[in-house]
Amino acid sequence: MTDATLSFEEAMEKYDPVLGFEVHVELNTKTKMFSSAPNVFGDEPNTNVNEVDLGLPGVLPVVNKTAIESSIKIGLALNCKIAETCRFARKNYFYPDTPKNFQTSQYDEPIAYDGYLDIELSDGTVFRVEIERAHMEEDAGKLTHMGGAAGRIQGADYSLVDYNRSGVPLVEIVTKPIEGAGSRAPELAKAYVAAVREIVKNLGVSDARMERGNVRCDANVSLRPHGRERFGIRSETKNVNSLRAVEHAVRYEIQRHAAVLDSGQPVIQETRHWHEDTRSTTSGRPKSDADDYRYFPEPDLVPVVASREWVEELRATLPEPPAARRKRLQADWGYSDLEFRDVVNAGVLDEIEETIAAGASATVARKWWMGEIVGRAKNADVDPGQLGVNPATIVELNRMVEAGKINNKMASEVLDGVLAGEGTPAEIVEARGLAVVSDDGPLLEAIDAALAAQPDVADKIRGGKVQAIGAIVGGVMKATRGQADAGRVRELILERLGVEG
Amino acid sequence: MAAINRDDVAHLARLAHIEMSAEELDRMAGELAVIVESVKSVSEAAGDDVPATSHPIPLTNVFREDVVGHTFTAEQSLSGAPDAYEGRFKVPAILDED
Repeated sequence: MTDATLSFEEAMEKYDPVLGFEVHVELNTKTKMFSSAPNVFGDEPNTNVNEVDLGLPGVLPVVNKTAIESSIKIGLALNCKIAETCRFARKNYFYPDTPKNFQTSQYDEPIAYDGYLDIELSDGTVFRVEIERAHMEEDAGKLTHMGGAAGRIQGADYSLVDYNRSGVPLVEIVTKPIEGAGSRAPELAKAYVAAVREIVKNLGVSDARMERGNVRCDANVSLRPHGRERFGIRSETKNVNSLRAVEHAVRYEIQRHAAVLDSGQPVIQETRHWHEDTRSTTSGRPKSDADDYRYFPEPDLVPVVASREWVEELRATLPEPPAARRKRLQADWGYSDLEFRDVVNAGVLDEIEETIAAGASATVARKWWMGEIVGRAKNADVDPGQLGVNPATIVELNRMVEAGKINNKMASEVLDGVLAGEGTPAEIVEARGLAVVSDDGPLLEAIDAALAAQPDVADKIRGGKVQAIGAIVGGVMKATRGQADAGRVRELILERLGVEG
Repeated sequence: MAAINRDDVAHLARLAHIEMSAEELDRMAGELAVIVESVKSVSEAAGDDVPATSHPIPLTNVFREDVVGHTFTAEQSLSGAPDAYEGRFKVPAILDED
């Protein structure tokens, strides 16, 4: 069944969106939150577990100190207050993804609260997102539904459970309601999740790979008529697990809510499932009395006390925040605002930094990444950094160009060769016979031929109209199949015609 | 603490996925009410000067270093499972959840 939607523009004319996000971050500690079993992705099912993760009777959880420290670091990086004392709580529910029939989480005493994150949108606008809380909990096991429609719970005959992920430390970051984003809501959604992902990656506390579920987003959307203060009824779209999907899901839900409200119906408070293939959501589960989790303090764990000394020690270890780093890099590299924004939006900041560290100038590094590599990555549908170009290759290619051994056109061809696995740039230049024609003999022949073919242009140049030289240079480049050094060709033409350059 | 009634018991039974007959609900409501009443007497013993506690011993910060310890083999993990398939626990599909 397809839900009705309004166009995004019409939805924006009529309604004001309010957003809210719950982002789950899996920490990359060596062990689980409450057990010493390894926190490793993708191993043989039910082997990265011990009695605690399986919830066997009589076991006692013990808190992972590194996970606490990582959580405090995340709280600090989100400008939160860190609770002097906080506790764990049991969230009770019956579902086979937890063998204990409860998830150990935090309820009324999160470790971090009252923070904010300044989000820079693509045009440079800064939007402040307020953070309600960041609390610690454990991940659940992974269910695979078998039989019926492949992988879907609907019509499944049974489910298989792997508890390897059970007990992996999570930090759940919850925003306050985000008002005032207007038509930029989808963009803000994407930028917010990207910023959280960047922060936890920068802190080194998470691998932050969304495709592996290290960072997962639940997106809340509601609409209200312009000018009304009270929030509308929200939907919560679960597990939107790529940045692009976050943007699309928020956009879709705004359009769907608008159509529901326009029809005079109330929006149903429910979870929604995001479908990447159709770029739409479907109804999940309505809120019901089954959402009574009967939280109570976890009796097997004692309170966590974060002394101010400990918090300050951790604060001192925090790396430079990503936003501050960007400001510094832009100043160091001397890029204009527009150039720098393009670099950031293309996702090649790290790559350019590495290329400069490998010996390229800031201008050269930008030229290669933005001019050559980003486009190829787009065609291949991968991130630029994943394309397989390493900084040393760029430095070597640039050195060859600057030494006049190859021109830019050839360098681009050599890059294709490197990506095709044909060898090093030097080997490819050799194998493909790409060296620039630098022997003046053949060049002069080509120049004479080009001048003879366009005598009127030759006359213009003799008469002082040096800018007309492009036509002759073009003829020479064509005759040499692009293998000549255009600069040298120009010099030789002027020499031939006895004109000062 | 509020007294427990039959509706509360029915609600809890539903949350716990336990099927209970009308007779069982009646009997359990009565038994649980007695237990709740008994526990209630504890709050009479503690005055306003006694802070709420979730743990009998005033400990804090009981931590473990982040060092990998023992694990189970898949066979060990599944040794108590009523049903298993290809190294994983096999459970009935539960359709009213996501």
